[in-house]
Amino acid sequence: MDFLSDPILFLANWLTGLMQGWGWADSFINVVVTFLGVFLVANFGMLYVIFLIWLERKLAARIQDRLGPNRAGPYGLFQTIADILKLFTKEDTTPAGADKLIFNIAPVLSVFSVLLIWAVVPFAQQWIGTDLNVAVLYIVAVGSIGIVATLIAGWSSNNKFAMLGAFRTVAQLVSYEVPMVLSLLVPVLLARNMGLNAIVEAQSNWISIFFWMAPIAALIFFISSIAEVGRTPFDLLEAESEIVAGFHIEYSGAKFAMIFAAEFLHAFTISVLTITLFFGGWQGWGDANPIVGWVWFMIKSMTAYFAVVWIRSTLPRIRIDHMLNYNWKFLTPISLAVLIVTAVLDRVIFDVFDPGAVTFAYVRSGILFAANLIIAWITVALLRRQWSQRPARVPVGQPRPVARPPEVSAEAQSTVS
Amino acid sequence: MTPVQVLFIISSLALLGLGFMVVTTRNLVRAALYLIGTLFSVAVVFVLLEASFLAVVQVVVYIGAIAILFIFAVMLTRRVMQDTGSQTNSNWPWAALVALLLFGGLTYILTSWSGSSAEAPALSSQSDMVTELGKALVNPDAYILPFEVASILLLAALIGAVVVAWDRD
Repeated sequence: MDFLSDPILFLANWLTGLMQGWGWADSFINVVVTFLGVFLVANFGMLYVIFLIWLERKLAARIQDRLGPNRAGPYGLFQTIADILKLFTKEDTTPAGADKLIFNIAPVLSVFSVLLIWAVVPFAQQWIGTDLNVAVLYIVAVGSIGIVATLIAGWSSNNKFAMLGAFRTVAQLVSYEVPMVLSLLVPVLLARNMGLNAIVEAQSNWISIFFWMAPIAALIFFISSIAEVGRTPFDLLEAESEIVAGFHIEYSGAKFAMIFAAEFLHAFTISVLTITLFFGGWQGWGDANPIVGWVWFMIKSMTAYFAVVWIRSTLPRIRIDHMLNYNWKFLTPISLAVLIVTAVLDRVIFDVFDPGAVTFAYVRSGILFAANLIIAWITVALLRRQWSQRPARVPVGQPRPVARPPEVSAEAQSTVS
Repeated sequence: MTPVQVLFIISSLALLGLGFMVVTTRNLVRAALYLIGTLFSVAVVFVLLEASFLAVVQVVVYIGAIAILFIFAVMLTRRVMQDTGSQTNSNWPWAALVALLLFGGLTYILTSWSGSSAEAPALSSQSDMVTELGKALVNPDAYILPFEVASILLLAALIGAVVVAWDRD
């Protein structure tokens, strides 16, 4: 066992040997090494956020034809560090009439709910916090703690805008959990396993990644995850132009920083989950070395993260009734259809074709991809029919602007231009 | 004392303490939050019993659905989320007696049961509990009937919700 073939296992073995040399009990050493692993994963997440915030600001700026942070350090890299220092030295205010315990615990819970997801993410074949056999369900469970955090942050602030944000939280996050869970079930069905590492291992070559077998489920998962994070176009819980800042309006200083760090880390976490479930995670060309797997993992997840930032900086906010209609009348039925079709069809494929054949992966992906295309086509046809049969709008009155632009004569206009 | 025992003691203490807080606090939202803590401690106990599926389902169903519904209902229903009246009524000695008898009876039964002092058989690392559970749920010799009955009940509830919410105009 040398360092380069698996640095983390090498370090863990070295530490275990060192502590055994000190005469510590084996069970105690186990606890210490596990705690160090937890510390490593959690702090990787929290430190990576510093880079992610810079990256997001820079990318969003470029997309919107601005420069973005460019003063502190090369390419503005130290801007986030300056921001962190600023936030941690700010006054820590608590509004009068706030429920202090709940108010203070909410930011901790929101960071906690995101970091807990990282416990089951396979960074490389051997690098996984814990290979839980119910990992997919665990992700859903942990996500619900995040909902509780947002809800109680809004309630305990004793502010009506925060309260409105909390109400919107329930309307949005709880609703979008339904298509998210339904589309999460599709990779579980295809891999016949709920463990994330088993799901990644089932996508062993480029043709058998689950995106080919379930493109609609992948898109639904991505969309509803963005809604779960609550960023544009689904940022109704903190809509600046409507309810000031939503559920985190009363937070300042370090607690505000925690809520924001959780949001940015969650945005990266959903990219990680998307590529793990549908794009083969750490699988790629090259040796079966954890470092190679790690590189593939980072390349794929950063690409997905770019898509998240791209969507955020391009799309406007969706209206609240459209948001709910989109979820309940579009995403939920289509994800149910995809789930049923995939379950039946995949079973039939395994019975009709020989699973041991070389071409089996191509046949399976091809048939499922075609089925998904048919579902998409039927959906578009149904939507078209619905659109053509929509009730005609009856105007209830003509707009009467209070201020009118001055009447400009044709000559005056031509002289101006 | 092994680390698992330490974890068990911490989570049981949290479970009992938070459960006590649920029934004694006067603030309803706080009571709901303590309830979340209690249910989370139960999930930890499930983990210590190596029932990971039950632990996760506990969190999904109780915290993710029921507790959030509680908090939301409490937020909507009360203007002042605090009760000022007495927390007990004149029947409390009877309730205490029944609770004490129930506790004593359960303790007696469990101490006289041979299984409570037996060592748990070690699970083989190969057996996948989730697969076993899934197969048992759809096995005609095992739990298919209760499973289907529960499914029909849930389906009826879903249809009922749609009918109640249906705007027939």
